Amino acid sequence: MVEQSSAGTALAVRDLTKVFDARGTRVTALDAVSLTVPRGEIHGIVGRSGAGKSTLIRCLTGLESPTSGEVVVAGEDITALRGAELRAARRRFGVVYQHANLLDSRTAADNIALPLEVAGWDKADRDARVTELLDLVGLTDRAGNHPGQLSGGQQQRVGIARALAARPEILLCDEPTSALDAATTGSILALLRELRDRLGITVVIITHEPSVVREICDAVTLLGDGAVVEQGRLSEVIADPTTRLHRELIPLVEPATDGLVRLQVALGHPDSTVGSIDGIIALLRHEGIEADVAAATVETIAGRRVGRLLVELADATTTDRARDLLEQARLHPEVAA
Amino acid sequence: MRFDGDPTWLDNPVITQGLPTALWETLAMTAGSALITAVLGVVVGVLLHNSSPGGVNPQPALHRVLGAVVNVGRSLPFLILMIAIIPITRFIAGTTVGWRAMIVPLTVGAVPFFARLVETSLREVSSGKVEAATMMGATRWDVTRKVLLPEALPGIVAGLTTTVIALIGYSAMAGAVGGGGLGATAMSYGYNRFQTDVMIAAVVLLVVVVQLVQVVGDRVARAVDHR
Repeated sequence: MVEQSSAGTALAVRDLTKVFDARGTRVTALDAVSLTVPRGEIHGIVGRSGAGKSTLIRCLTGLESPTSGEVVVAGEDITALRGAELRAARRRFGVVYQHANLLDSRTAADNIALPLEVAGWDKADRDARVTELLDLVGLTDRAGNHPGQLSGGQQQRVGIARALAARPEILLCDEPTSALDAATTGSILALLRELRDRLGITVVIITHEPSVVREICDAVTLLGDGAVVEQGRLSEVIADPTTRLHRELIPLVEPATDGLVRLQVALGHPDSTVGSIDGIIALLRHEGIEADVAAATVETIAGRRVGRLLVELADATTTDRARDLLEQARLHPEVAA
Repeated sequence: MRFDGDPTWLDNPVITQGLPTALWETLAMTAGSALITAVLGVVVGVLLHNSSPGGVNPQPALHRVLGAVVNVGRSLPFLILMIAIIPITRFIAGTTVGWRAMIVPLTVGAVPFFARLVETSLREVSSGKVEAATMMGATRWDVTRKVLLPEALPGIVAGLTTTVIALIGYSAMAGAVGGGGLGATAMSYGYNRFQTDVMIAAVVLLVVVVQLVQVVGDRVARAVDHR
């Protein structure tokens, strides 16, 4: 997947700034946001509510004009476009919404056909394309059903098929799984990954769910207060214990404190000399420090074993020695008290 | 005046011959004005909604003027509206009596009413659906024709049913001032000549017509509702 990225840049955002002026109070919703998404890559944009995710997506699609900055799609800055040119540029994006936003008045097949009608395809071409898309998302037998007769996951599959209909270059997903249960979320994410692998389409996913980023993103941008806080390839960002994404993407359930000294360490950083839980405990015991694992989260993300764990020391006087040892092994220890 | 011994019920020619004609006139003026109202009301309703601040084509000036005109139309009691626009009725219909002429005031009275109901139904279409279509590169006309109207159709049908029933009520009033129909018959025989049988028959017919309209309207609204 990473290899495909050499094929070119699908989306480039440069210094995108949006200032809302509400009766004299200036609110900076986006503050010089830049990001580059290579073709065929799945890029996650994460952040809490109010971080600027919604404003970013509205500026990307021309629903909102940025105060300054550029959104370059296939070499063209779309922030300057109006009218028919803007409508044509919008067809380069297929948008998947949190609540699919399907039309209740249309069947699944007719919902998928809507962007094709708008783009002026003739009936025979539309029908052929809709059949192909229904097959792609596995809903051939549901063609004639109205959205009300479909489950949430099926509705989102129709939404994805509709977004893909007019052959966009970029699939823009706005919280695509936030309204779905865990099992359905998994199947929708698997579908998105499959579509990228089969069609080579570029995917931008806006989400507040760490699991979405962990499961399918190649690269990630963390937004906070309208600005880029952290950005990079997922495998690198997640292995770096100093990042906020490391903590957010590898959640650690911390047991209640009971007076024992605990050290939090990060697993999977490329510089570490120890790469496993056993190795860490063995390292400490070798120096006569009695230790145990109180809590741990270990996952294989983007092909790399990464994790966080809490090491509990039997004797509080060994704390400084233990920390030095772990520091030397580049495991980024922190006393968790 | 009514005298003892006058024929009643099915022996009364007013009931056997007059009422069928009156019923037909009522249905004709209701249907005629309902058809024109349906078309004009949807047009005005769409203009009201699309020109509103949250609409697909905000036009504050047009929205205010249109809203004011509609409000004036709705605030006039039908009886007064009917008399006030007699010159317009004469200009369009060539006369001011008979059921054909009555279609003019009935339509003028019903369009503002129905237009507001259409506007309300359009406003209930979720903005997400409109945004999705806009992102497909849809024009405002595409959004109106392919998203707003089809999605609001169940509400618009329900609104039209309410409007048709209101029109039946207005038509009885129109009858009282020379428009013909069941209202005129009930007025001139049932009320002025104390023919209670005529009054009862006219009322029963009106109730039956209103019930039929409601039942048919509900069925159509359900048939077009896929939520």
